[in-house]
Amino acid sequence: MPKDFFRLHGLGEPRSRRRFLAQVSFGLGGVMGLMLGVPLIGYLFGPLIKRSPQQWIDLGPVSDFALGQTKLVSFTDPSSVPWAGQTSQTSVWVRQTAPNAFDVFAVNCTHLGCPVNWLDGARLFECPCHGGIYYSDGTVAAGPPPRSLFKHETRIVDGRLQAFTIPLPTSQLSEYVGNA
Amino acid sequence: MSATPEARPKTLWRRLGGWFEDRSHIYEGLLPIVQHPVPKGVNWWYVFGSATLAAFILQVITGVALAMIYVPAPSGAYQSLQFITSSAPLGSLLRGMHFFGASAMVIMITAHVLRVFLMGSYKFPREFNWLTGAFLLVLTAAMAFTGQLLRWDQDAYWGVVVMAEQAGKTPVIGQLVAQLVVAGSTVGGATLTRFFATHVFLLPALIFGFVLVHLWLVVFDGISEPPRPGVPVDPATYKQRYHEILEKDGEPFFPDAAWRDAVFAVLMFAVIMVLAAIVGAPQLGKPADPTIVNADPRPDWYFLWYFAVLSLIPPVLENFVILSVPVLLGVLVIMVPFVSNRGERHPSRRPVAVVLVVGMLLGLTVLTIEGYQAPWSPEIQAVQDVAIPPQIEQRATGDAAQGLQLFRIRGCITCHALGGAGGRKGPDLTTVGSRLTRDQIIVRILNGGPNMPAFGGNISDQELQQLVAFMETLR
Repeated sequence: MPKDFFRLHGLGEPRSRRRFLAQVSFGLGGVMGLMLGVPLIGYLFGPLIKRSPQQWIDLGPVSDFALGQTKLVSFTDPSSVPWAGQTSQTSVWVRQTAPNAFDVFAVNCTHLGCPVNWLDGARLFECPCHGGIYYSDGTVAAGPPPRSLFKHETRIVDGRLQAFTIPLPTSQLSEYVGNA
Repeated sequence: MSATPEARPKTLWRRLGGWFEDRSHIYEGLLPIVQHPVPKGVNWWYVFGSATLAAFILQVITGVALAMIYVPAPSGAYQSLQFITSSAPLGSLLRGMHFFGASAMVIMITAHVLRVFLMGSYKFPREFNWLTGAFLLVLTAAMAFTGQLLRWDQDAYWGVVVMAEQAGKTPVIGQLVAQLVVAGSTVGGATLTRFFATHVFLLPALIFGFVLVHLWLVVFDGISEPPRPGVPVDPATYKQRYHEILEKDGEPFFPDAAWRDAVFAVLMFAVIMVLAAIVGAPQLGKPADPTIVNADPRPDWYFLWYFAVLSLIPPVLENFVILSVPVLLGVLVIMVPFVSNRGERHPSRRPVAVVLVVGMLLGLTVLTIEGYQAPWSPEIQAVQDVAIPPQIEQRATGDAAQGLQLFRIRGCITCHALGGAGGRKGPDLTTVGSRLTRDQIIVRILNGGPNMPAFGGNISDQELQQLVAFMETLR
């Protein structure tokens, strides 16, 4: 671009008609950008500002769970979209520790979220990704996890076990889930 | 510039061509660009950039073809990919080309970056070419990651969960970032469409834009001349000297240099086609299903090194590595052409650059191999289906035979190998009986270790006796 481009076209001169028209054009471009940008940003970020509703979900009658057993229970995530198919499902590990006292663990490893497996013979949870291992009460036995498995809040209503859902990312969870 | 020289007879074709050029100005506009002079001696090291572009074009074309069948919804994505792979005419070939094309693009852009770095081509006045190239590298990695998710198998599903957890570690806005990436508070239907739109619209558009600027700068500032030892870059005189090089014996880029790009690109296409035809499209894992926790998520090969990093870093450094290292690396890369925009370009005069590149390649190779083997992951399946070597099984009789069963059932085998069978998270126990005394074995089982669960309170006296009896036979 030639150095004297602005002088050539009169853009550098104060109060010239040409300079005014250039400023108006740039300004209108900005207005158009806002007209497109504001709805777009609202569309993308809006759902996030409105915190997705977490709620109690039913895990089945208390009698489904034997004392001392650890069992995988699946349920439909209430926040999933109608076309989510199989991914609308979520799982938790349920363990009855004493009569009518339950630990409901999120399946996500507290390291980076992979699904932990319960090995009934070993009485351990093992994670297939980065090697996290937990005891049956959810405390860390080995590997990189920084804390014990996340526990859902639980309650028993009319003889049925219920758990309160927890959202991703679990690394932000301390406000939802007590340090187990 | 006239497309119809007067001396030649005017055939119908020539007249048509002349009319077309007169109305379109295509040659007039493009010829000076494709024939911009390049220094004599531009060689085979200069082909990787155009090969990256060729791979990208192949990705766009095969990607459009795949998108004609692919359904970006959880209920259809996996099935439509199965259909493409097994039923659609040439579908397996196209998916294979898209897969190996992605690998080619990652390899070529890496080779290009390393060539530019080692030859000091990023120095004055080509700083902005380095920066646009750095963005293109990040965009290529983002394409690779978003593409892997679209398979919507277990690897893809848990890969996104892991990525969201990392994003969630960002201070203050972590939750916002993670939920923006997965489009909600769970990985589900909205996640897949978000990644699909990003992979097929947003990122390719950005890549097109950056490639345009990248090439624009190549045309304006020229291809860097092959470096010679003892000929440093001095911003005060470089442009004058480069101009003189071109004046003296510059060649038109097309065809004097471009033929090498064409030869290399066609070889690359041939390799991609052969791999796609013989090896075929990558196997789809099990369909994404959050209720099947028996997963074994692994990233595609180009991210295995990072998978290894996440597994091997000490927990205290983890947040630093996940959050700060990418930012620091980004700042370093941006600073490269500004910190060293002058001086020697030839690798023989820049030992630090060579050491950096060799060290990086060695590190990436070692981490990739580690990531492939993943010795830190327990072999969860081994509880069910491990085959204990017969010579070990034969020596275990009586209590020891019971102990061998416990070794498997109680999960020891998921972390400890016996004669090559089992996990590698913990030490190989094939000869533990000759290494440790009976008491040492008992202490270790009951108390565990820094990276081993304690089984005290979780194992009966009888089981412990049987297990130790078995381990004493391991000599």
